[in-house]
Amino acid sequence: MSGGLAVSRLGKSYRRYEQRWHRLCEWLSAGRVAWHQDFWALREVTFSVASGESVGIIGLNGAGKTTLLKILTGTTQPTEGHVEIAGRVASLLELGIGFHPDFSGRQNAVMAGQLMGVPVQDLAALMPDIEGFAEIGQYIDQPVRTYSTGMAVRLAFSVATAARPEVLIIDETLSVGDAYFQHKCIRRIKDFQRAGTTILFVSHDPTAVKTLCGRALLLEGGRLIQDGPPDHVLDYYNAMIAKREANQEILQAEGAGRPKTTRSGSFEARIAEVDLLGADGRPARAFTVGERGRVRARIEFASPVLAPTIGILIRDRVGNDVFGTNSFYVAPIEDACEPGDDLTVEFDIDLNLGAGTYTLTIAVHSDATHLAGNYDWWDKVIGFQIVPGSESSFIGSAWLPVRLRVERQGRTITSARRGAGERA
Amino acid sequence: MKLAGRFTALWVYRGFVLGMVARDFRGRYLGSVLGASWAVLNPLAQILIYTLVFSRVMHARLPDIQDTLAYSLFLCAGLLTWSYFVEVLLRSQTVFLEQANMLKKVSFPRITLPSYVFLSASVNFAIVWGLFLGFLLVSGRWPGWVLVALVPLLILQQVLAAGLGLALGVANVFFRDVGQAVGVGLQFWFWLTPIVYPIGTVPEFARGLITWNPLYPLIASYQRIIVEHQWPVWSHLWPVCILATAAAVVSETMFRHLAGAMVDEL
Repeated sequence: MSGGLAVSRLGKSYRRYEQRWHRLCEWLSAGRVAWHQDFWALREVTFSVASGESVGIIGLNGAGKTTLLKILTGTTQPTEGHVEIAGRVASLLELGIGFHPDFSGRQNAVMAGQLMGVPVQDLAALMPDIEGFAEIGQYIDQPVRTYSTGMAVRLAFSVATAARPEVLIIDETLSVGDAYFQHKCIRRIKDFQRAGTTILFVSHDPTAVKTLCGRALLLEGGRLIQDGPPDHVLDYYNAMIAKREANQEILQAEGAGRPKTTRSGSFEARIAEVDLLGADGRPARAFTVGERGRVRARIEFASPVLAPTIGILIRDRVGNDVFGTNSFYVAPIEDACEPGDDLTVEFDIDLNLGAGTYTLTIAVHSDATHLAGNYDWWDKVIGFQIVPGSESSFIGSAWLPVRLRVERQGRTITSARRGAGERA
Repeated sequence: MKLAGRFTALWVYRGFVLGMVARDFRGRYLGSVLGASWAVLNPLAQILIYTLVFSRVMHARLPDIQDTLAYSLFLCAGLLTWSYFVEVLLRSQTVFLEQANMLKKVSFPRITLPSYVFLSASVNFAIVWGLFLGFLLVSGRWPGWVLVALVPLLILQQVLAAGLGLALGVANVFFRDVGQAVGVGLQFWFWLTPIVYPIGTVPEFARGLITWNPLYPLIASYQRIIVEHQWPVWSHLWPVCILATAAAVVSETMFRHLAGAMVDEL
């Protein structure tokens, strides 16, 4: 079977030394003293890919994607475990490595081909095809330093894909010039795919993975945490990881100083604390569509206030009101609050919102609206983000329940319920 | 990778190695009008300076030898071979760092890099030495059959150079101090080897020191062949034989164990 690959219990650790001479001490002691710390970039990764399969590899930066690819292409050795690959591996990770600016395109093409292990005779036979595909015309015999960036990349791509490899590794960040050539490259990759080349595709772009791959692997923290159909894996990625990432980013930004917010009122009652919590009861700033969030606030009183109203308002990125409500409409507070009193208010909301960024505004006032007596109005106190989850695709800022039924000559040909509650 | 496997890989990548040698050679003269003729003009000038300046201008003489050109030949015999030794040593020592980009991004047999450096230096030496032999022929000082002895001597010398160079080259990736230290060390080594001065001019105590220099018997043999047209004293070459073998074994071991880890350091 050519083009198949099997990876078992793969691990890669990098040694970290605090000081350069620590390594020297370690070497001189012949392994009796350990001065380094192991940093595992990849651990216990096991999977196999059948010949001709196309697999997307996804994960955040630092998840171990690059390390895995480096091991698969053979540039770096695994610390533990092993890799078996049947056939020649070509990678489109770095194009134009080994190009020398002072040599002609043809000479560089031959050199780059040899660097990939293609024999000279074969290269001579492939040369017309390389020239033709790169479409650089007479420039092929000019020094590469006279090329535009696009021309150099085109030539490099042509060389890298001149002979069909059994395994092809592609990085999404691969940019091969203009749209025309980009399409040509994709066509060539798809031709390889049809001819039975195994493809490993690294990407952040869900649509690209879905269109090109029949399977996806999700790496996180150096481990393989999901392996399955792209839809399933990407949903998981979006829901769990993109959310966590956004969450951390916003919380970190808050830690570094909250965005400028306006606060106004007479402050007879005052919002002492406010936070947005996730399902686990911890502060959260990113939610998947439809996830439940909890706004918790603590109100303190400086003067006696009869029947205060606490209200919240969610606005979208550009400041349009998306949703707002208050305690008067939901569950009125009828108590007379005294100075020194302390109210804790919790709003649980199913965030049936479209993906995007939103802000939360909170206020304490005297009536159904804040127009009568405004005690404390805290504008845009918290920013949060909604990320796509596993729901079916939609656009807009509201996630509304939908039921679709299509009849053809009186016979239902398709019907489904989607939207809020679809996962319930 | 096993030793045999490495040779196989080298054979498969011979096109690449030769291509790198050619690129190295052509790259140096690219864009110049005279092109590869510079490869000849340069060493030619070097040889002429040594021979003419020392024999005609400075009237340098070797003790006990009447020939006016003797010192010049003596100098060339030691200096040209020493340069070959140093070129391989220094370039193997930095080749992994120079080609770091390629090593990090492309998977290919690492051994091709020191190999191309070795071949490239050998091409340069062949040109210089060819010119020098031509000069010997023209000036009527052709040593004759003793020249055959150069072959085993040069092989021995270059095994030592390649072994040391590879070991230092690998070490240099992990400790950049190695590169600096070698530069300093080579200066001492040069002046502790009787290349520009005959051993006879050295005081007694220093002579004892110099006999410990592994390159001394080699350089002395070249000078003996070129100047005196005598066969080398083979028995003096045992220590350098052992040293070259040791260097080869050590470098091979280091390379086998550390070639993989090298990429992570670059």
